[in-house]
Amino acid sequence: MATLKVPAHVPAPSEDAEQLRKAFEGWGTNEKLIIDILAHRNAAQRNSIRKAYGEAYGEDLLTSLDKELSSDFERAVLLFTLDPAERDAFLANEATKRLTSSNWVLMEIACTRSSYELFNVRKAYHARYKKSLEEDVAHHTTGEYRKLLVPLVSAFRYEGEEVNMTLAKSEAKILRDKISDKHYSDEEVIRIVTTRSKAQLNATLNHYNSAFGNAINKDLKADPKDEFLKLLRAVIKCLTVPEKYFEKVLRQAINKLGTDERALTRVVTTRAEVDMVRIKEAYQRRNSVPLEKAVAGDTSGDHERMLLALIGAGDV
Amino acid sequence: MAYPDHLEALNKAFSGIGVDENSLISIVANSNHEHKKSFRKGCSKLFIEDQNGFERMDQSIIKNLKLEFKRFRDAVVLSLLHPWERDARLIEKAMKKGQKHYDVIVEIACTRSSNELLGARKAYHSLFHHSVEEHLATHVKGCERKLLVALVSAYRYEGPKVNEDVVKSEAEILSNAIKNADKRKPIEDEDTIMILATRSKPHLKAVYEHYNKICDKSLTEDLEAEGILKDTVECLCTPETYFTRILDAGLSVDGDEESKRAVTRVIVTQREALVKEGYAPNKIQGILTGHYKDFILGSLAREEMNKPL
Repeated sequence: MATLKVPAHVPAPSEDAEQLRKAFEGWGTNEKLIIDILAHRNAAQRNSIRKAYGEAYGEDLLTSLDKELSSDFERAVLLFTLDPAERDAFLANEATKRLTSSNWVLMEIACTRSSYELFNVRKAYHARYKKSLEEDVAHHTTGEYRKLLVPLVSAFRYEGEEVNMTLAKSEAKILRDKISDKHYSDEEVIRIVTTRSKAQLNATLNHYNSAFGNAINKDLKADPKDEFLKLLRAVIKCLTVPEKYFEKVLRQAINKLGTDERALTRVVTTRAEVDMVRIKEAYQRRNSVPLEKAVAGDTSGDHERMLLALIGAGDV
Repeated sequence: MAYPDHLEALNKAFSGIGVDENSLISIVANSNHEHKKSFRKGCSKLFIEDQNGFERMDQSIIKNLKLEFKRFRDAVVLSLLHPWERDARLIEKAMKKGQKHYDVIVEIACTRSSNELLGARKAYHSLFHHSVEEHLATHVKGCERKLLVALVSAYRYEGPKVNEDVVKSEAEILSNAIKNADKRKPIEDEDTIMILATRSKPHLKAVYEHYNKICDKSLTEDLEAEGILKDTVECLCTPETYFTRILDAGLSVDGDEESKRAVTRVIVTQREALVKEGYAPNKIQGILTGHYKDFILGSLAREEMNKPL
């Protein structure tokens, strides 16, 4: 469930656009007004505002925001203003350009979005970057990471709830055998993890736990330094218990010396309209502290205000 | 009643692709006991003299005849289906039939537009309650698996933009993969699969051209021995050549059943393209027969007839 708070009566998009324009005028910028509007509109409303703004002032709202704002606050506002599919396309493209965390962002998008959402990301990617998402991922990853990530971003998983228990048992066994032999990027592991429906995968992993005594992620911790294994464990978490995955990302982003602003901003802006309520619950359970408090303690200024607004702190 | 003429006509009614329904009605429907006996005795293609004193129909012929009678029906049904359902069902059938039919999967994955392929994937969910890549990954056990799964998962960019440097380096990569075929089958080479399964068609056509320049032979020629990998390149880079080849092979009375079925599939699914390039169905007149012939000819003519209704 979303933490985004939208007022009961929302002004017309043209009014919001006019207010935003006013926020940019003169010396300095009225950041509070920007947050008051953009952090309290849903995706459809934000799209309408963008359209109205463009028609009224001949400039894309995002361009104006880019001119007026800076650093983490700007990134949070820009990311949140974007349509979800465009936003994911932007994040994915950015991820193919940088090292290290890039694989994580790609994996996160591929595994926590619904099948249709992921396809919308692929469409948005075409429109914005004039290439396909899978070709960029294929071009910028290698070895076992490529073997895992290309099928993940190309998947169009069946979304029904049907489960075949016989299959769950046999595939749990296959996973167990491959893991015991330390063949973590084996074709069969990749096949099961990248093509099965989430419901089927859940059943398989539940059976794994019952039959073999350990949750699969415990068995995949055999080598704590293995980066590929870390990614594989995250894939499994994202596909089965995404709110726990996001809780961990937030926890690590906040606890890190200096805070990983990008990860924090990414999770908040991408989940505020999806399942931030559950993520907050998971965070509270795990850390004994409300997420709002942790975020407030670790960020400041307009960036902090934007993030807090998105996670539902304070009034509408 | 001129029996020899009727015998000849009957033989003719059964000796094309499809059956001549009208002739069969006029010859067989109201022929009496004597006529039919003379047909059976005179038609050695269909009937054999049984030791127990009767003319027995050859069972394998019955099987083939059934296929010929079915051809019109199959063409109609295929034409009526929504293209997404049609492609999803074609893929599923081909996958179940096994390795010899994987070229059909390649044909669909590679000659449809990105959105048509997406549509087929959606239809597959509805019809079979699994994703197409999930089924392919499970059912295809051999070396074709990686390629097929990657091809059906593609959502290729469809713009014309092409990066010349990348084109050149990828033509080199393919050339090396082919040169090393004895060490590792190109169809299992990860880089080859990535290029063919993720790049846009304009890009791949440019790669095809560049390969020709650097290797003197065309990519399809050099892939002659590589099964569906050759079909993949042909479908992506020179689809007209691919479809012409399929139609030529199928429009022959000696062709096997799969080749003949391919004719129905290609004409129904590629109708607009065939009509646009003025595909001349000369061969069809002589080889197809009956309602099936009329339906196929009608399919190819329809665009012209259908100008403002």
